[in-house]
Amino acid sequence: VTATTAGTATTPLQGLGGRLAIPVNDQDHILGPAQAPVTLLEYGDYQCPYCGAVHPVVQEILRRRPEQVRFVYRHFPIANVHPYAEPAAEAAEAADRRQRFWPMHDWLFDHQDRLHPAYLRLGAEEVGLPAEVVDREVGSHAYLDRVQRDFIGGIRSGVNGTPAFYINGLRHDGGHTLAELLAAVDTAAGRDTAEGE
Amino acid sequence: MSQGNKMPAPGERAPGFTLPLSEQRRMSLDEFRGRPVILVFYPADWSPVCSEQMALYQGMVPEFERHEAQLIGISVDSVWSHRAFAESRGINYPLLSDFEPKGEVSRLYGSYSETTGTAQRTLFLLDRDGVVAWSHRADPQERNPGGEGVLAALEVLSTERVAR
Repeated sequence: VTATTAGTATTPLQGLGGRLAIPVNDQDHILGPAQAPVTLLEYGDYQCPYCGAVHPVVQEILRRRPEQVRFVYRHFPIANVHPYAEPAAEAAEAADRRQRFWPMHDWLFDHQDRLHPAYLRLGAEEVGLPAEVVDREVGSHAYLDRVQRDFIGGIRSGVNGTPAFYINGLRHDGGHTLAELLAAVDTAAGRDTAEGE
Repeated sequence: MSQGNKMPAPGERAPGFTLPLSEQRRMSLDEFRGRPVILVFYPADWSPVCSEQMALYQGMVPEFERHEAQLIGISVDSVWSHRAFAESRGINYPLLSDFEPKGEVSRLYGSYSETTGTAQRTLFLLDRDGVVAWSHRADPQERNPGGEGVLAALEVLSTERVAR
C-alpha cells in the first residue's frame, strides 16, 4: 500500500498491515484454554447480520477443537448504521461485571431481531441478570468507555468492517464458512484439517 | 490543472476551496483553520465500499474530536445525493459536493479519475495551519483503507504539538 504518490515524501505511517494492534490481555473476554495453540479473535457487532451468521460457526469450531482454540471477542459496533449495537455491547459488559458475559453474548447473537432496549431487559432476565440494574447501567452508559476502547483498538488493527477475525494475531482475510475458518485455525495449529475428523 | 494525479505532498500547503454543503450553504476549508482537518475523497455515495468506509469514519468521530480534528468527505455527487446518503448511513459530518465544475477540488488534490469521472479514494490529514501532514491513496482503489493510518498520523500530530 503506497501512502503517497511517487515523488512525494514517504510517510512512515503505513499501519500494521493486518496485525492485531492490542495483544490479548486480561481485560478481554476469553473462552477456552489459556494454553491453546490457537487464539481466534473476533471484532464483532451484535446487530451486524454477518456477525450473527458466523456466531454458530465460531461455536462449532470451539466444539470441534476444544483443546486447540481459545476464542476472544471484542466489540466493534458501527453505531450510526446499527443503532442497537452499542447498547447491546454495553449490556454484554453489564453481564460481564456479573460473570455472565458469554451467556449474554450468545443471547444477543441468537436474538438479533430483539435488540431494541425494551427486549434487552428480557435478555438480561433470561440469562439470570438483574434486569433493572442492567437497564440502568446501559442507560447511563456505564460501560461505554470499555466498548469504545475495543472499537478504537480495532481501528488500530485495521478493522474496516465486521466480523473481522485475527488468528494468532494475524488478520484472517479468507472466508467465514465453517470449512474456511476451521482450515485456517488448523493451519495455525500446525495440523492437517483431515486429521482426526 | 487537468493533471489529476499529483497529490499535495506532506509539508505543502493544502489548496483552499469552497464547496456546497447544501442548497443554501457553502463551506470553506478556511473555516477550520486552527484545527486539524481530515479530508476524505471518495468515488461515490451509495457504492458498497464507500458506504462502509464513510460509516466507519462516523464511528471514529468521537476519537477525532478528542484530537479537535474536523472530518470532511468530498465526492462529485450532488448535495441531494449527499443528504440522502448521510441520512441512510447516520453520517453527521459534512459531505461536500464537488459537482460543478465537476471534480475541480478533487483535481486540486490529485484525487480525480478521468477514467471514472469520480474522485479517487484518498485521505489527507491537514495540520492546524492548513499544511498537509499525511496523505494516503487507497491501493487498490476498491479497498476500504480503514482508519488506522489516519488515526496514527493524527496521534503523531498531537504528540508533536505537545512536544513543541
